[in-house]
Amino acid sequence: MKALVCVKRVIDYNVKIRVKSDKTGVETDNVKMSMNPFDEIAVEEAVRLKENGLVSEIVILSIGQDSSQETIRTGLAMGADRGILVKVDDILLEPLGVGKIIKEVCEKENPEMIIMGKQAIDDDCNQTGQIVATLTNYPQATFASELKKNEDGTLNVTREVDGGLETIKVKIPCVVTTDLRLNEPRYASLPNIMKAKQKKIETIESKDLNLDISPRLEVLEVNDPPERKAGIKVPDVSNLVEKLKNEAKVI
Amino acid sequence: MKSLVIIEHDGKNIKQTSLSTITAAEQISKDVEVLVLGSNISGVLENLKKTDIISKVNYCDEDFLKHQIAENLSEVIISFLKDKEFTHILLPSSTFGKNLGPKIATILDVQQISDIIEIFDHETFARPIYAGNAISKVKSKDSLKVITVRPTCFEPCAQNSNVSDEKFEVSSNQSKSVEFVTYDQSESDRPELTSAKIVISGGRGMQNGENFKLLEGIADKLGAAMGASRAAVDAGFVPNDWQVGQTGKIVAPDLYIAVGISGAIQHIAGIKDSKFIACINKDEEAPIFNFSDYGLVGDLFEILPKLENELN
Ligand SMILES: Cc1cc2nc3c(=O)[nH]c(=O)nc-3n(C[C@H](O)[C@H](O)[C@H](O)COP(=O)(O)OP(=O)(O)OC[C@H]3O[C@@H](n4cnc5c(N)ncnc54)[C@H](O)[C@@H]3O)c2cc1C
Repeated sequence: MKALVCVKRVIDYNVKIRVKSDKTGVETDNVKMSMNPFDEIAVEEAVRLKENGLVSEIVILSIGQDSSQETIRTGLAMGADRGILVKVDDILLEPLGVGKIIKEVCEKENPEMIIMGKQAIDDDCNQTGQIVATLTNYPQATFASELKKNEDGTLNVTREVDGGLETIKVKIPCVVTTDLRLNEPRYASLPNIMKAKQKKIETIESKDLNLDISPRLEVLEVNDPPERKAGIKVPDVSNLVEKLKNEAKVI
Repeated sequence: MKSLVIIEHDGKNIKQTSLSTITAAEQISKDVEVLVLGSNISGVLENLKKTDIISKVNYCDEDFLKHQIAENLSEVIISFLKDKEFTHILLPSSTFGKNLGPKIATILDVQQISDIIEIFDHETFARPIYAGNAISKVKSKDSLKVITVRPTCFEPCAQNSNVSDEKFEVSSNQSKSVEFVTYDQSESDRPELTSAKIVISGGRGMQNGENFKLLEGIADKLGAAMGASRAAVDAGFVPNDWQVGQTGKIVAPDLYIAVGISGAIQHIAGIKDSKFIACINKDEEAPIFNFSDYGLVGDLFEILPKLENELN
């Protein structure tokens, strides 16, 4: 089984976000960038499946600028085999456009499993996996917390849903989006980071794909969220209860 | 303009998230219909028909819709939409809506607008990005708009009406590539996390699952729902669906009590619309204090029993 893992380069989750003063977006200059944490989980899962002999080849796909090569290398260092970078000039790429590009790549690569994070921690859209599943007409198993291969080649996927855990059975090829509990991604070892430098990354220009990936949304402005002011420290439990009862009136 | 709200339910009852989504739909256009899909949903229908604002309940009651598989639901929704003139399709941004919305949008070749928190006009919306550390105001150029709505930002609409319903017939076109296996539902007598008036959550500071009993007593007294930080869920103290935060559940109760939780941005993202936040933490420098109306510095193992007592 061949796995295609889609990864996005985002502002590192530890960075404090700063909105630009001209309200056009958030500061990205000199800001630490990393692989979207949910995509790291997707890479890890593919690598584990390969270690267990269920996956034969892992291809990492990222859509972005040249800088996304670095993100792909991270995946290669974790154990993936090769990479594909689809280069776009338009940084305002939206999930639908990304989905169309991924579908194009699928047509060429024919993966049996497409796996990616359930959401990117920058735009928090939670859409791309579902879009790819719809465009390819493959079943979708979103928010996965466990994957099991069945004898007949189908996959049982346990999904984290609001009311508990749901398990569905999907035929392959399929699209899986990862949730936090699926696994804990490994750190790449130094030898593997060195080895990853030799692995191949193919570059495709998005304009050569002839797709309509123009944005459908116009960002009018980006603002700071309303601030929440720190309140007071209370000296003891009785004081806390008194305040909640008589000041906040919430209990 | 005319909106269609896709109803989330549990087979017996509609979810509060649906009522909030209807409120949001009304802010776009006064003309709102709903569509509910399921199997043996007479209970759901009965409840739904009481809902204010909406002019009509459309429903599809078929065996193959029982398990809310996105492939099956989206097929039916698309055939329902044929020859109809809806301009907006709205779903709650729960796991139900997040799973289904992008499928509908993609089939219609439109870009879904995810998790809106404010409506300016029929094409302009605010939505949080970067875990709510920035708010993006976007204008959609698509002629038909598919939107998911953050339920905590819109009051659930009232249910004092009597609305007519209409059945929508489909020929079963069940997906052959996906099948329901099991649903392991979290059992709880407590209110639902996302709609409770009071939520009490524990973090890594609780040390183990057993210690969550210390929170239970308090939750019982307050009629509160229980939640947790990611660290507590990852460590296996409590079930996955208790996770509050950017990538878990968004809550906005009247009172949120954070116990042994440091206040990472991803956690804050899920609680900052709460009316009041109280916290208990032994580290007075913990970021959670910067977001709390009432902070109590101290060891939770000493404080919680006292708090339970004090509530008597
Ligand atoms: C992609 C991604 C998504 C994430 N999504 C979420 C999310 O949705 N929700 C979420 O919560 N997190 C999320 N996180 C994780 C987040 O970054 C933090 O790691 C997590 O919230 C920390 O949980 P915590 O506060 O329980 O643990 P810690 O940060 O370890 O804090 C424990 C706190 O307990 C206090 N404490 C310890 N013992 C006691 C005691 N005896 N008495 C009183 N206080 C005590 C300590 O002082 C400390 O402040 C996400 C992270 C990533 C990378």
